[in-house]
Amino acid sequence: MSDLVAVPLIDAPGTLPRTLLRRRVLAHKGLLIGVGLLTLATFIALLAPLIAPHDPYAQDLAHRLIPPIWQEKGAWAHVLGTDNLGRDYLSRVLYGARISLLIGLAVMVISGLIGTILGLTAGYFGGRIDMAITFITTVRLAMPVILVALAVVATIGSSLLVVILVLGLLRWDRFAIVIRAATQQVRALDYVTAAQATGASTLRIIFGECFPNILPQLVVIATVEAANAILLEAALSFLGLGIQPPLPSWGLMIAEAKQYMFFSFWLIAIPGTALALLVFAINMVGDGIRDVTAPAGRM
Amino acid sequence: MLAFTLKRLGLAVVVAITVSVLAFLLLRISGDTATALAGEGARVEDIENIRRLYGLDRPLMVQYLDWLGKMLRGDFGQSLYFKSDVTALVFDKLPTTLWLAVFSLLFALAISVPLGVLAAVHPNSWVDRLCLLLAVCGQALPNFFFALVLIMVFAVMLQALPVSGSNTWAHFVLPTITLGYYVAPAFMRLVRAGMIDVLASDYIRTARAKGLSGPSIILKHALRNALVPIVALTVVQLGFLLGGSVVIETVFALDGLGYLAYQSISHQDLPVTQAVVTLVSFFYVGLTLAADLLNAWLDPRIRVG
Repeated sequence: MSDLVAVPLIDAPGTLPRTLLRRRVLAHKGLLIGVGLLTLATFIALLAPLIAPHDPYAQDLAHRLIPPIWQEKGAWAHVLGTDNLGRDYLSRVLYGARISLLIGLAVMVISGLIGTILGLTAGYFGGRIDMAITFITTVRLAMPVILVALAVVATIGSSLLVVILVLGLLRWDRFAIVIRAATQQVRALDYVTAAQATGASTLRIIFGECFPNILPQLVVIATVEAANAILLEAALSFLGLGIQPPLPSWGLMIAEAKQYMFFSFWLIAIPGTALALLVFAINMVGDGIRDVTAPAGRM
Repeated sequence: MLAFTLKRLGLAVVVAITVSVLAFLLLRISGDTATALAGEGARVEDIENIRRLYGLDRPLMVQYLDWLGKMLRGDFGQSLYFKSDVTALVFDKLPTTLWLAVFSLLFALAISVPLGVLAAVHPNSWVDRLCLLLAVCGQALPNFFFALVLIMVFAVMLQALPVSGSNTWAHFVLPTITLGYYVAPAFMRLVRAGMIDVLASDYIRTARAKGLSGPSIILKHALRNALVPIVALTVVQLGFLLGGSVVIETVFALDGLGYLAYQSISHQDLPVTQAVVTLVSFFYVGLTLAADLLNAWLDPRIRVG
């Protein structure tokens, strides 16, 4: 889909690449919106104990299902109202950002490490090694992620750590595929041949020459995969086989509020919107990075 | 084409066998089957009895071969929770999921092909912006949340459609929209990118030079070529939807394979879980094989290269 660059950039010849990149970043509205939202989410996650008005786990059965402030019976004591156990919804949503961001980051790191190592190895060495890794990737792709994740989490017993590990060990396929293709392209370039001719070691060529040049693509998939991990965790938790109560996972909050949604729709609308905004922000950052680092515009 | 077909077929069989081993091991290793079978609060002797009765004390390799042999003869064992034959159970639920997947794909194609073409013909126009907006929202909205919003609007507020169940075709409308919208962005991007490429190619310029009209060029010459990758994506997405419909089927209590999988997983019904995971994987392998062959048939460059 088209990028969100508002004005075509006309650069005087001889502009430094770094200046050029900065200009392109600042002209990319989507990227700026994404970075802004993501920064906000990160601050909320880090500072949740300081900014949350109440304890997210404190139940108050006398004040259950208070509507948020924009509804008639809302009160400033609970800006986003309370849930079916009388817990302050704003505090729970703020703490929920910690879980989603942690899942996104941790799954991205685990799957990114596995996928990148496999992709680099397959792309650089080719031949039988490439065949073997391509085969492993094909097998992985044939296994339905959500079904396998649900089944494994259900038998091991669900916890934050198990969800992170299962998703991390399952979702490396896209990293492997894209990094492999990118490495194959970079490997054929002159500077790699030159490095080989000067007698540089294989590890040095892979990490010193190939890796930096596929980094933009790696960052783009990493954002997509972080967003996917957050959505998958939410789906698992929604089905009751992910994060367990009383943790304020947004997916779990929607599941807990489902039976009250006909009369208190905001109970699912608030965590649902939070999830959508976070995923939107991460996708915007990914699309933006792809646009501003695209070689076609670097002329 | 024959050599290519045989090679791909061989690969598909090896992948399918590997997947069956993994599906078997994953579910066996992640928990103790005998304990799960015995249920909560079972005595140690009972667990040991069950272990012997179900042959769970044998080496894993023997158990796997036993399971594989029975599966190839169409025997997936007995369901522990539903108290019936797993094979019958699975094939009873399969049509619902297949219909849902087909409807969702048709829905996705029906919105993404026209929009993708319009966006490609008028880049950066309002249609293009609308596509971008639809795609961005489709990717950011958690599908179970979107499903609940649809239930709220169409079933509760407008009372036009049923909330859940699977008795009539009306029960398929909301799940179709939810799943279809979930897969549509991928199609939209592919149609748009493909059309932009094709429209810039030499033969379209020739067609224009010959004086052919705009719609004729776009529909007859350009779209036909831009649709080649769409065919393959459709086939692969069908496989993805068979496994991916578990969340949506559960939200709408649509009685298909996904809902069966969810019920079997939450009740520790291992034979059913194993059967569904294995079958969905096999379907995926079969469908990717079909997509590969279809692609090679449509585009001869693939089978030669």
